[in-house]
Amino acid sequence: MAPKLPPQQPLQTPAEQGNDGAATAGHVNEGYHHGPSGLMRWLLTTNHKEIGTLYLIFSLSMFFIGGIFALVVRAELFQPGLQLVQPEFFNQMTTMHGLIMVFGAVMPGFVGLANWMIPLQVGAPDMALPRLNNFSFWLLPVAFTLLLSTLLMPGGGPNFGWTFYAPLSTTYAPPSTTFFILSLHIAGISSILGAINIIATILNMRAPGMRMMDMPLFVWTWLITAFLLIAVMPVLAGVITMMLMDINFGTSFFNAAGGGDPVMFQHIFWFFGHPEVYIMILPAFGIVSAIIPTFARKRLFGYASMVYATSSIAILSFLVWAHHMFAVGLPLVAELFFMYTTMLIAVPTGVKVFNWIATLFQGSISFETPMLFALAFVVLFTIGGFSGLMLAIAPADFQYHDTYFVVAHFHYVLVPGAVFAIMAAVYYWLPKWTGHYPNERLGRWHFWTSVIGVNLTFFPMHFSGLAGMPRRIPDYALQFADFNMASSIGALLFGTSQLLFVLMIIKCVRGGEKAPAKAWEGAEDLEWTVPSPAPLHTFDTPPQFHHREG
Amino acid sequence: MTGVQRTVTRTVVVLLAMFVFAFALVPLYDVFCRITGINGKVENTAQAMVRDSIDESRVITVQFVTRAGAGLPWKLEVLNRQVRVHPGAATEVHFAFTNHGSTAGWGRAVPSVSPSEASLYMRKITCFCFQEQRLAAGERLEAPLVFQLTRDLPDDIKTVTLVYTLYPVDDKPLATKATSVVPGGET
Repeated sequence: MAPKLPPQQPLQTPAEQGNDGAATAGHVNEGYHHGPSGLMRWLLTTNHKEIGTLYLIFSLSMFFIGGIFALVVRAELFQPGLQLVQPEFFNQMTTMHGLIMVFGAVMPGFVGLANWMIPLQVGAPDMALPRLNNFSFWLLPVAFTLLLSTLLMPGGGPNFGWTFYAPLSTTYAPPSTTFFILSLHIAGISSILGAINIIATILNMRAPGMRMMDMPLFVWTWLITAFLLIAVMPVLAGVITMMLMDINFGTSFFNAAGGGDPVMFQHIFWFFGHPEVYIMILPAFGIVSAIIPTFARKRLFGYASMVYATSSIAILSFLVWAHHMFAVGLPLVAELFFMYTTMLIAVPTGVKVFNWIATLFQGSISFETPMLFALAFVVLFTIGGFSGLMLAIAPADFQYHDTYFVVAHFHYVLVPGAVFAIMAAVYYWLPKWTGHYPNERLGRWHFWTSVIGVNLTFFPMHFSGLAGMPRRIPDYALQFADFNMASSIGALLFGTSQLLFVLMIIKCVRGGEKAPAKAWEGAEDLEWTVPSPAPLHTFDTPPQFHHREG
Repeated sequence: MTGVQRTVTRTVVVLLAMFVFAFALVPLYDVFCRITGINGKVENTAQAMVRDSIDESRVITVQFVTRAGAGLPWKLEVLNRQVRVHPGAATEVHFAFTNHGSTAGWGRAVPSVSPSEASLYMRKITCFCFQEQRLAAGERLEAPLVFQLTRDLPDDIKTVTLVYTLYPVDDKPLATKATSVVPGGET
């Protein structure tokens, strides 16, 4: 993509200021707002900051709902034997936990951050398509109400795992599966519209003088993520449409009796699924690449290599899908191909970790809460990366496949990976959003309880997995009892410590130490040039961007 | 056209292309597997025997596994579970269908070859699996399979397993199934 001069933006965003025409140039002290008030204000808002807030609140509520499902699972696994729930309900809980966390918590969390921060970081007055933005948010509550309602339907909710492999999700699925498919379609459309909006904003609305290679890394990683979304969400839509047709219209895409192939489901699903995994981690890389330089008071080491590493990870993500399927009976050539391409991903990921550490090297580091979360991200995500490398070894994977080792691996990259990055971002940008610093003491308590909780939950899973404990089963052999008890205690600690997070956010919104425009000493990006809290409308006049030399 | 409109148009085009691509994966997958033989799918029409000399130096074990799929009270048995053949030689094996149900019905045995690489070298001259079978209640039907492993079978393959799974065939769509146009793949 050649750097091109962005077009001059008109000073008015029609949806917000159209009628009264009393547009004020520059920043106004407090956010001014014209339009409906009360509930309708939030229902009809086209402001990127308000929509960002809505996304983040939605993501937080889904995080708690999905978390409660996880605690049901962990409570049942506290001891061997069946105590609390029936296996059928246990299966619904594991499935719903996965679906809610992936599609309801992590993805909308990142989209919320993108909505809030991308226009501020590129110096744009709003997202490129504000009304579409509103629509893509309000699709989400619809999708997830529908999805959660399946739990109350006869036959229960989806019970086939978040990967919904056919024929479990077709021939043997509960009747509510059609609702599950519809809700996933709606959530998918929401993601796609969000991605279109983000791409259009980044490519067209950068401040004059800001070239592509001047963009903050959060913007870069989101641009690449948005392209991944555009490429794979239609594939997800395709595969669930095929399921829908198999279930309701008598086709046989995945039914061997009619000439279809259940293994093909796994191929198509993971062709979507693996890029999806990177959709959930690339924006996290961008967040950490913003926070570490700020609190190390140094420029990010290797900016360009970060951009290229992110792009290579994105491209490679299309070439590794079958490493999820080593045990289905792939031919040797395919096993080797997918094993090597998977290991290749460790190279650009290693570049990133190296760059973060090199940024820290000889920096004058201070350990405010966002930095704590970012540092924990680097350490714990790397552990998840390493267990990923172990899983990439095809012959070893025959041992690890579908055990708790896999559960430990992907929770290490998703919880202290993606979720910690979102939390770091919240701590980092809360001064900009609310005008108040988050309570540092509360933040520290939240951080340490979370870190201890996460490790207590997921580290023992490595051992129970290597010892052969299968995943998605409500009961287990007696020798796994201690590991599971530790995991369950850790999960309870991690779950309850998130109440501190909510408490911190509420306190920060209501008051606290006032933050200046540049809330953190080492923060350099454009968002720190607007007042804190950021007024409702920013950059009505595009800022002149001067790119930093050297 | 403004920049934003151009970007949106382009992304929507990519979007639609990817949606179509997802569906195109279905036939592509089938073709790919057929060409490379990596899914254990075998040619499901009669093939001419390759007139070849017989490779006496190698002996390949060919095993047969039969499975009943859900929803059909039939049994498929193989009369000799294992044969030892030379590459190039044609061999005949007998299978027996039995309908234990109380109604007549249609069924079909769907084959799969393991290791899947071997499917490229497996030629079926006659097979009961080429068409649906109709069995009256309690009827027993013997049907032959004549196959040949070609001489270019790779050296590292010592054992080939053929799995037949019985599936019910609905009476209604039988007309279309006979011409083997089923959405989602050929039978």
